Amino acid sequence: MDSEVKKRLLHEMLFARRFEERCYEAYVERKIGGFLHLYSGEEACAFGVLEAARVNHDYVMTSYRDHIHAIKCGVDPKVVMAELYAKVTGCCKGLGGSMHIFGAEHRFMGGYALVGGPFPLAAGIAKAIKMKGGDEISICFLGDAANNQGTFHESLNMAKVWDLPVLYVCENNLYGIGTRIDRSTAVVDQYKRVSGYNIPSEQVDGQDVEVVYAAAQKAIEHVRSGKGPYFLELMTYRYRGHSMSDSNAYRPKDEERMWSKRDPIIMLRDRLIDAGEMSLEDYKQMDGDILDKIEDEIIKFAEESPEPPLEMLEKYTLVENDPWVNGGSV
Amino acid sequence: MSEIMFWEAIRRAHDEEMSRDPMVICMGEDIGVAGGTYKATNGLFDKFGPERVIDTPISENGYTGLGIGASYLGVRPIIEIMSVNFAWLAMDQMFNTAAKVHYMSGGQLKAPVVIRSPGGTAHQLGAQHSARMEKVFMGIAGLRVVTPSNPRQAYGLLKSAIRCDDPVFINEHELMYNMKGEVDDKEFFMPLVGSEVARSGKDITLFGYNISVHWCLQAADILAKQHGIDAEVVDLYALSPLDREGIAASVSKTHRALIAEEAEPAVGVGSEIMAIINETCFYELDAPPVRVSAVNVPIPYNHTLEKAAIPTAQDVVKAVLKMFGK
Repeated sequence: MDSEVKKRLLHEMLFARRFEERCYEAYVERKIGGFLHLYSGEEACAFGVLEAARVNHDYVMTSYRDHIHAIKCGVDPKVVMAELYAKVTGCCKGLGGSMHIFGAEHRFMGGYALVGGPFPLAAGIAKAIKMKGGDEISICFLGDAANNQGTFHESLNMAKVWDLPVLYVCENNLYGIGTRIDRSTAVVDQYKRVSGYNIPSEQVDGQDVEVVYAAAQKAIEHVRSGKGPYFLELMTYRYRGHSMSDSNAYRPKDEERMWSKRDPIIMLRDRLIDAGEMSLEDYKQMDGDILDKIEDEIIKFAEESPEPPLEMLEKYTLVENDPWVNGGSV
Repeated sequence: MSEIMFWEAIRRAHDEEMSRDPMVICMGEDIGVAGGTYKATNGLFDKFGPERVIDTPISENGYTGLGIGASYLGVRPIIEIMSVNFAWLAMDQMFNTAAKVHYMSGGQLKAPVVIRSPGGTAHQLGAQHSARMEKVFMGIAGLRVVTPSNPRQAYGLLKSAIRCDDPVFINEHELMYNMKGEVDDKEFFMPLVGSEVARSGKDITLFGYNISVHWCLQAADILAKQHGIDAEVVDLYALSPLDREGIAASVSKTHRALIAEEAEPAVGVGSEIMAIINETCFYELDAPPVRVSAVNVPIPYNHTLEKAAIPTAQDVVKAVLKMFGK
């Protein structure tokens, strides 16, 4: 990975961190409602994998911790923030919320709030790709705890039986809501669980974006070349609770300290500084510019946007004016 | 016009739509090589191949979700779930995803899947193979529900459902696949909304859907011949949305209403129709509406008890006579 790419990734990941932390503030201020699940600490996972993918070409979906995946896919951060603010300018017009970010024009196929829900959906997208004969792949990011859902087993089985072009990325942050993985899951190493479906898999450090990128390149090459599904496990850690309603009291402080020393952004920053590619001042400047952009453009846009009109309440329940509802016109 | 069986009508709709559009596929347990438990996909595997006629593992929630995901990209899956009892397992994907994705994405995505599944009490299949679930499906916003009562409807509803951009659940009945009926040889489409007057009458409206339409028709014959009561039978082939105008129009004409349903009464089709009558035409009523429903039990294996749990045409006749003080 050349230094320009690294610098861009550093900028993108720092932007993601600041974006999420600003969401935290907005939530505390009650500007954002509902449930809010933040990605801070896990940035190298989404950025490493999606840097290796072809965004706007490959299809991507994930769970409810979805803001950053959407942004990396090309969804404008302004419309993501506006969605969180429940404004009509949001990517889902204020109808989706934090857990349901969609950006179909960028092939970001959604955030879903049922743990494990996207497993079969991503396999279905892969089935459609295969039918159409394109070289896109389907990429599904989910947490470790999703692997205890039936959809995990059902979908991996089907993906392999039909050799579908789908990459499953397990962001293993060691906790399913507030329960540590070894207290809920018989096999702690998630990559081992897919061997029962004859799917190749790998476990790598999810805090080092270069490591993730290299592993994802290999995984994506496998899937895109028509060899069927692949499962990539990324060992990571979230800094915040599962959601904003979570005090995070269940995690040992030593553990949190240990992971904070392996912060994906700081690791990449220090690597660039050590290599003489940037200075600490450059980094601080970058950070300040990001904070300004978030405040001056993104928050401003969300704050100033109007709410959806009441007339929109029923608009998208069913598809409007579908002629086949009335038996078509043939 | 040809007289064909219910399963043949479904098979014909599959065949025509799959021949027309390469994005139409069908999937489900044993639908391919085995030809389908009720023969509704018989011969399609040989004609269209394994990529489009897909024998799935017994993973109802998984393959339903897979079909939904494929539909995002323009594939039009017809998903057969062998029995509605198994469709319980797929409710997560049907309700949480198919019914909601268009809304929660602000109109960005559509999930044009058709999910066909037979419900109903057949012959001694026991508690876990005799469910009637239409009342559950029709209560979910974002999902269309239709339920054919004859081969013509089975064909015409499936044709429109495949082309419709909404997710459509088609509630069929295990006892009806060999029922014969007239179907136009020329291609046609039925609306996914509305109702049909299956028999015109002036004294009372008998509302039925799917199998209970036939109880109502038999009951209407008996009432006319033996009791001088001229019953109208309204076939509610669309359960969601229900035809409020059609319900109100018939009740406003006959001033009496009975709803026949094979399911347990609570939170059911009958109670919903009663609510619609209350909301739309209460002052047209000459008598309180009545429903004829199943006994509120898991369906027993014993044949005598099984029959006792499910209404018949005779139960409809009795309830009508009681309304008329006879």
